[in-house]
Amino acid sequence: MIALLIRDLRLAVRAGGGFGLGLSFFLILTLLVPFGVGPETGLLSRIAPGVLWIGALLACLLSLDRIFALDHEDGSLELLVTAPLPSEGIVTVKALAHWLTSGLPLVLVAPLLGVLLSLPAPGYLWVTVSLAVGTPALSVIGTFGAALTVGIKRGGLLLSLLVLPLYVPTLIFGAEVARRGAEGLSVQTPLLLLGGISAGVIALLPFASAAVLRINMRQG
Amino acid sequence: MSIWEYANPVKFIRTTDRVLPWISAGAAICLVVGLVWGFFFTPDDYRQGSTVKIFYIHVPAAMMAINAWAMMLVASLIWIIRRHHVSALAARAAAPVGATFTVIALATGAFWGQPMWGTWWAWDPRLTSFLVLFLFYLGYMALWSAIENDDTAADLTSILCLVGSVFAILSRYAVLFWNQGLHQGASLSLDKEENVADVFWYPALVCIAGFVLLFIALVFLRTQTEIRARRMRALIARERQA
Repeated sequence: MIALLIRDLRLAVRAGGGFGLGLSFFLILTLLVPFGVGPETGLLSRIAPGVLWIGALLACLLSLDRIFALDHEDGSLELLVTAPLPSEGIVTVKALAHWLTSGLPLVLVAPLLGVLLSLPAPGYLWVTVSLAVGTPALSVIGTFGAALTVGIKRGGLLLSLLVLPLYVPTLIFGAEVARRGAEGLSVQTPLLLLGGISAGVIALLPFASAAVLRINMRQG
Repeated sequence: MSIWEYANPVKFIRTTDRVLPWISAGAAICLVVGLVWGFFFTPDDYRQGSTVKIFYIHVPAAMMAINAWAMMLVASLIWIIRRHHVSALAARAAAPVGATFTVIALATGAFWGQPMWGTWWAWDPRLTSFLVLFLFYLGYMALWSAIENDDTAADLTSILCLVGSVFAILSRYAVLFWNQGLHQGASLSLDKEENVADVFWYPALVCIAGFVLLFIALVFLRTQTEIRARRMRALIARERQA
């Protein structure tokens, strides 16, 4: 499993595109928002937590189809599934690699982008915390979507249609933590709920993803 | 009579052919009677005037939108656990019907909301979760049509339906947390003595019965169509090979 993780990380960093792309997308999105809604600082600081969350979510979505697609094309996915490693392990490692290469960098740059959107001072901590707790769930749910669409050519759009509704609860609680944090309110309830969703999803969804992956590989 | 008899498509078609006219006729009669009764023979509400009558479409459609998903969930479970082919097809057949009911509920709700709330749409928990439910239907149908191999498609959509159900329920409670709503509480529930005054209640019951029968009729019909389409594809494939 660790070997697979290291391989995936290396591929993501070296094979170009995936690693920096999500971050650049995130940057461009936060750049575009002020163009869209106007440069007024008060408005920007009010919507900043939500914009950062939506930006992170979309940047995460953008890199989902890479989770399985490349391995599927060159046939290594079939080898992985037939290997002694349980497919639950494969999807967990894939999700972890996806989080390390796209979720974690997003968490780290989010405060910087918060400056651009004049996020209120207490918001920095909570945006980072909420993204740190919530993005693993995004990666795991995304892996499920990627496993569903692995056999489909040009499945990118379908993948978004399948995954985005599943992102709703995570987004609601995550953005709520960030918003309440930015306004200086208590964040305990949404933060606990967000953590609950993340923990539940990480614990249970790999079984569904693995089942889906096996079904897709069975087709041959 | 067990559901396993109807895993045989021939048997399924024969039986549903026999009951389908009755169900369709029942649906038509219930809908006509219920709607005419509701629209023309009930008093106007003292606050809402005649707009209250959209209730006779809105509530049954909303109910069936949720029940259709529940039926798909059960059918998917039966398919995953025991590989009952007709069950998978019935789940597929129910999806567009359920999606249509969702749209009807949203649209009639908008028509009702405009005069009552002064807005077509509000980010109210119920409205929002119905929109999310609609997205789930869309994703489900899109996945069905995207995969060529029938059994793979049935497997994948069944799992999507299971996972989607969990997330749909999560979203339902998440949006409740996110925003308080304009929508009134449940107007019909089983544990209350009297839900709404009897004059409104009886035509509403007839309408609900009509929508349920309509749903059953449509699902039977669409399942039959799918079975026949598959048989046709199989015959064409055999012809080509010969």
